Amino acid sequence: MLLEISHPLELFKLTAWLDSMLRSLMPDWGALLIEFVLIGLVLLLAYAVIALALIYIERKITAFFQCRLGPNRVGKYGIIQSVADMVKILLKEIIPIDHVDKILFYLAPFFVIVSSMLTFGALPFGNGLHVVDFNIGLFYLIAVSSLSIIGVLLAGWSSNNKYSMIGAMRSGAQFISYELSAGLSLMTIAVLSGSLQLSTIVESQTYVYHWNLFRGHIPALIAFVIYLIAGHAETNRGPFDLPEAESELTAGYHTEYSGLQFGFFYLAEYLNMFIIAGIATTVFLGGWNPVQIEGWNGFNEVMNWIPSYVWFFAKTGVLIFLSLWVRWTFPRLRIDQLLNLEWKYLLPINLVNLVVMAVLVVFGLYIK
Amino acid sequence: MNFQAGRLIMEKIKEIILAAVPEAILEDKQVLTVTVEADQLRLLAKTLHDNKELPFDFLSQLIGMDWGDSLGVLYLLSSSADLSKQLLIKTAVKDRQNPLLYTVSDIWETANLNEREVYAFFGIRFINHPDMRRFILNDDWHGFPFRKDYDEDPAINPLSLESKEIVDVAPRIIETPNGLKEEKVPVFDKDDYIINIGPQHPSMHGVMHFRTSLEGEIVKKIDVHSGYIHRGIEKLSEKLTYPQILHFTDRLDYLSANINRHALCMCVEKAASIEIPERAEYIRVIMDELNRIESHLLAWACMCNDLGAITAFIYGMREREMILDIFEKTSGGRLIINYNVVGGVMFDIYKDFQKDTKAFIIHMRESLKEYHRLFSGNVIALGRMVGIGIMKKEDAVSYGVTGPAGRGSGWSCDLRKYLPYSIYDRVEFTEVIRTECDSYARYLNRLDEIEESLKIIEQLVDNIPEGDFQAKTKAIIKIPEGQYFQRVETARGDFGVFIESHGDKNPYRLKFRSPSMALVSIMPLICKGEKLSDLIGIGGSMDYVIPDIDR
Repeated sequence: MLLEISHPLELFKLTAWLDSMLRSLMPDWGALLIEFVLIGLVLLLAYAVIALALIYIERKITAFFQCRLGPNRVGKYGIIQSVADMVKILLKEIIPIDHVDKILFYLAPFFVIVSSMLTFGALPFGNGLHVVDFNIGLFYLIAVSSLSIIGVLLAGWSSNNKYSMIGAMRSGAQFISYELSAGLSLMTIAVLSGSLQLSTIVESQTYVYHWNLFRGHIPALIAFVIYLIAGHAETNRGPFDLPEAESELTAGYHTEYSGLQFGFFYLAEYLNMFIIAGIATTVFLGGWNPVQIEGWNGFNEVMNWIPSYVWFFAKTGVLIFLSLWVRWTFPRLRIDQLLNLEWKYLLPINLVNLVVMAVLVVFGLYIK
Repeated sequence: MNFQAGRLIMEKIKEIILAAVPEAILEDKQVLTVTVEADQLRLLAKTLHDNKELPFDFLSQLIGMDWGDSLGVLYLLSSSADLSKQLLIKTAVKDRQNPLLYTVSDIWETANLNEREVYAFFGIRFINHPDMRRFILNDDWHGFPFRKDYDEDPAINPLSLESKEIVDVAPRIIETPNGLKEEKVPVFDKDDYIINIGPQHPSMHGVMHFRTSLEGEIVKKIDVHSGYIHRGIEKLSEKLTYPQILHFTDRLDYLSANINRHALCMCVEKAASIEIPERAEYIRVIMDELNRIESHLLAWACMCNDLGAITAFIYGMREREMILDIFEKTSGGRLIINYNVVGGVMFDIYKDFQKDTKAFIIHMRESLKEYHRLFSGNVIALGRMVGIGIMKKEDAVSYGVTGPAGRGSGWSCDLRKYLPYSIYDRVEFTEVIRTECDSYARYLNRLDEIEESLKIIEQLVDNIPEGDFQAKTKAIIKIPEGQYFQRVETARGDFGVFIESHGDKNPYRLKFRSPSMALVSIMPLICKGEKLSDLIGIGGSMDYVIPDIDR
């Protein structure tokens, strides 16, 4: 019903038209090949553009938190500052470091960036903007995003630098711990929605009270908060930025990297923030679904006119703002406090929460 | 009454000294001076440290001297219970080739680094000192630069551009039953995981160098290296006239620039009997307190930054900016304001000074509340500060840690109370003391001291008397022969100036007591067993300024 109302700005018509046109022009495999290439290009482009936008937004928002102006020289309101920064980082020299393990050293940034790129394929950005819809989509996201720790560990190990080494060890402990919480809290929602397929999860959340966050009420709320904390920790950003901890370890695991290699780490950090927020949006906040309230038809109509990808980015944006807010307010945790928080508080709460959710689902106590 | 009682105690101390060391020569100068032979130094030191009447457990200054025919060391002692009681021990050795003295570093821990400094500058080695490496200077430095016969030819100590490995081996001289034995001991264990924190490090507040051995994240041992920006200010001063020396003081602890300069000005004024106008006194104290607030704000901001709260850092800078603006309008300088001169201050205050200052006081009070809301009560911040970096009071006294850090360990050591200089005896303020001994106590002390400084300024700013802001002084200021001390309370604690004059227009020897050196010297003790992250946090709570050490 509601979703059947046509959206003038939705992109699924465009993609469907493109698909049928290509198939009418050439055999199926040719059409598929061209589509693969196109999708790959679009994803790469989106990756870069989102990162640039995020960097600019973060710098501006941070500046307002800190009573500063932020970038305001390059372009109006400094709007192309991050483009300039990108050009700079592309042109920068990659300084060769003596006594590093060459292969591992140069390999590490790719692990980090590839793992965050891979998640892009499975994220539903909007109605029809979903590249691969695995039936185990949620599992895939968790699995792929946890690959980046390999890159971080390799970077720390191969740099031949004690600061890097300590940073890598810290991030190893941190990643593995918080991956548990993130995974378990997502699993709680998988229990609620009965599927790991992201399209199913999104489609089941039409009205606002159907959003998993509200449908599963208390356990879902707990899972949401834990996911935000754990996800924030996984992105290595303050107050969980111990692996970098510039006031202790100068730059942690990427101390020795320069130029584009450093750029990879930097980019991946911003994109991870986006990905964590994107997953949270998809799983908890109804994904690309517009805000729909049962009975308010006029309101729903208006909301429906806003395209689904705008909704996705808006919801993700709210979560990103939340993460920035936390980052620029709190001081840094210490490694033992960080592990305490995970193993002594989040993990037990999470496990109990999972059982509670299962009970809710078995007895049908969620909002239907 | 106090005066009488004080007299009595000092008389008793004199008796105790003469009972222990009958050969000692006592002189009543600005400070009671006790001259002893080198071999009786330790006996006297121990007696004074352990006496029941008034234990002299605080070694404020340890000053190396070269009197031409002999080398010597001066020890300015004070009592932690009453800082106004001071005593100077003077000892000398004739042997210029291989001068040896007994160490007092086991009696007062603060002597440890100071004796190493004396060795670097004067070549006096200390028997039984655990680690007789040169402090501040490199191990391969030729000659002893503070000796009067030092050859300054750059060819002897050429500028080396080669990278040198740090050798972690400490020579020392140990007294054994068979005589003196020279030996070399390694500083670290063989398998230690050593990490260099500094000299280039974002949280070392300057070019401090801690060689730190770690066990995982836990700090096992810290070896302090310093001298990366040593400028030889004390040596340079020996060739300059007093007004010329003044500007150096701003460059010691640049965050307490004005207070340092106030100390040297007072020392010279006292020695040369220069009366300074009342108006200048008021302006000096107001500027000192503004300077203290500025310094504490920066300390607060940097500590928050060290703990990872970057927004708090910018907030601290924001308020500090207002003070810097007042400084700029008054003197033209912002950080290093070069404002005090012998005889008063350099310029009169500007027209709106009172208005700006009062506006700042109102703003600062609001901001303090904001700081507490933002950071002081934050659960992560509390976890990073409460119970971390425990510095017991006896350690603070032994290492000579004064200022907000010392008062965070329950040691009442505010020189503005004990040795009131300028017009501090006419203003009311509370000495902020906490007994928790941890980082959080030191942190809160600074914020509370900002409030106390605001109170002092409030009392003075409307009552600045009319009149001259500078006394007329002679073009060339000569100080009569003698030894002069002046101690003031900077934002980091007990800052001291010592001048030995031989009646010339320049000092024979000038020595600054650096509060930061004491703060750094205790770091290895209080950081042992803490996490690496806490080492940085504790460093922030101590708030040392490195140019103050590398004088």
